[in-house]
Amino acid sequence: MSSLATSGRTAERTASSRPTRSRPQPGPAPSRQARDNLTGWGFAAPFLAFFLVFLVWPILYGLFMSLTGKSLTGANDNLIGLANYAEALADADMWRSLGNTLYFTVISTVPLVIVALVMAALLNVGLPAQWLWRLSYFAPYLLASTVVSLFFTWMYNPQLGLINDSLAKIGLPKVAWLNDPNVAMWAIVIATLWWTVGFNFLLYLAAMQNIPHQHYEAASLDGAGAWRQFFSITLPQLAPTTVMIVLLQILASLKIFDQVYQMTAGGPSGSTRPVVQYIFETGFTGYRLGYSAAVSYIFFGLIVIVSVMQFLITRRRSA
Amino acid sequence: MATQTLTRPAPHIAGAAAARKPRRKITAGKAAVTAVAALLAVLWLIPFAWATVTAFKSETDAAAPTVSWIPPSGFTADAFVKVFQDGNIPLWTWNSLYTSAAITVITLVISALVAYALSRIDFRGKKVLMTVIIASIIIPPPVLMIPLFYQMVALHMIDTAWAVILPQVIHPAMVFVLKKFFDQIPRELEEAAVMDGASRMRIFVRIILPLSRPILAAVAIFVFISAWNNFLWPFISTNDGSILTLPVGLQTIKSAYGIQYAQNMASALLAALPLILVFLFFQRQIIKGVATTGLAGT
Repeated sequence: MSSLATSGRTAERTASSRPTRSRPQPGPAPSRQARDNLTGWGFAAPFLAFFLVFLVWPILYGLFMSLTGKSLTGANDNLIGLANYAEALADADMWRSLGNTLYFTVISTVPLVIVALVMAALLNVGLPAQWLWRLSYFAPYLLASTVVSLFFTWMYNPQLGLINDSLAKIGLPKVAWLNDPNVAMWAIVIATLWWTVGFNFLLYLAAMQNIPHQHYEAASLDGAGAWRQFFSITLPQLAPTTVMIVLLQILASLKIFDQVYQMTAGGPSGSTRPVVQYIFETGFTGYRLGYSAAVSYIFFGLIVIVSVMQFLITRRRSA
Repeated sequence: MATQTLTRPAPHIAGAAAARKPRRKITAGKAAVTAVAALLAVLWLIPFAWATVTAFKSETDAAAPTVSWIPPSGFTADAFVKVFQDGNIPLWTWNSLYTSAAITVITLVISALVAYALSRIDFRGKKVLMTVIIASIIIPPPVLMIPLFYQMVALHMIDTAWAVILPQVIHPAMVFVLKKFFDQIPRELEEAAVMDGASRMRIFVRIILPLSRPILAAVAIFVFISAWNNFLWPFISTNDGSILTLPVGLQTIKSAYGIQYAQNMASALLAALPLILVFLFFQRQIIKGVATTGLAGT
């Protein structure tokens, strides 16, 4: 796998080290470079235009906004330096929402990785009707967040919901899923697990099927059973995939907003409100664009820290 | 990052596991595996099943205090009829369809062009451009929502399809995925065309693109699914009921219908249906596509 990548890079290097090929040149050598500059940027231009207008500009403009008292009502557009950041760092609600986001990230990442691994391992044994299993585990990933929220809000309904009814039938007490501050975040995690685990499951399944089967044949000859093979061949071979899935899952979980906003609106009493919702509310409900841009950048800082960790970890692995 | 999956053709998932190992007789272990897999599958199908059963109940049965899988007054399609009569589901489906299609086409065209330049053309500033595009992968969309909203207000695009489409066509990770794939295409294939004096654009369209069908399909699938299901940005940038996409429209239904459980579930199922149907038909391609692009970062 990595050898393929290396050979690709080598091919690129050898190719670029002989820029003037045997083909007849219409003009002197420098014109070729000039033409490459032109075509190169020409090919890049359409992407670059969108990239500059809808990504680079807003990210810079957001940084500028965070230094102003800008609001949707238009008042106080002047620069106020780092006052927004100072306010945010002393804002208990901001810290609470950031804490909720981190809490969700920790308690969602663990099941989202482990259940995905279990699902892939089960299927990899070679069950019949592969497509049926894959469909059941992966189908929820194709749903919009609003569909998932409608499904689960209905199942979590304290009086009429399927889940409490089932709990009552087996003699367990009913749970106020979305209305109990101690339970609501777990209810969100369960819905999220159902919704997105299929994605990690597919990544694991693809990685498992890339493991050379000679490994398993050799182990079989040595008399290793299925359990043993899983722990001494499959798991170690999956280590790089696991690292990637965990990191991608952390980055995805940190962006939690949709399900929470739709199922609990951040409640009860702010116990599930993630930082993205706090940004959303200060910006669009509180009309404080400057302040909410500042909170955005604090959140961005968190994402950058995780991404840099990801980069360092993956680079160390490939080195 | 995820070079291991990206630099080679996607693995054949279907049947590979079954074909790989010597067939063993059915053992207790295999029975246990099947049982656990089946339990998980049932758990994963229950929300669909329960939503379907609820959607085919009368509102009275749906809100009955005793939960039943078979409603006392029988199944009825009333909720669906009602949703079609009063609701905007067909309109929102159309909105989702054409905005997602536009996003997918624009993303593919602009990403493939820049990826080709990064893979094949030695232009000045290429390294910088590559670094900037890769670095931008880490920008989380929620960070952009406030300034982007303000920008859209200034451009008078709020409540238009443009507001939904334009900011969603930038997928730096997909540029990276495409460039990786183009890097694998042997240069010899282009040399003959270069000898004949073909232009870069001609080579790109006639040689590179046809060889890249699998990766283009994978990227298209990935972009389409994310656009179709995107909630946050369309929710912020549209307000007018006639321009809403399905996910955003559903959110308004939830508050409008309140405790009409059967209608809520009927709407949710109708919204879920298109992509599930597409999945049933193109299962292999979608699974391959997601597995190929997935590790590149979302």
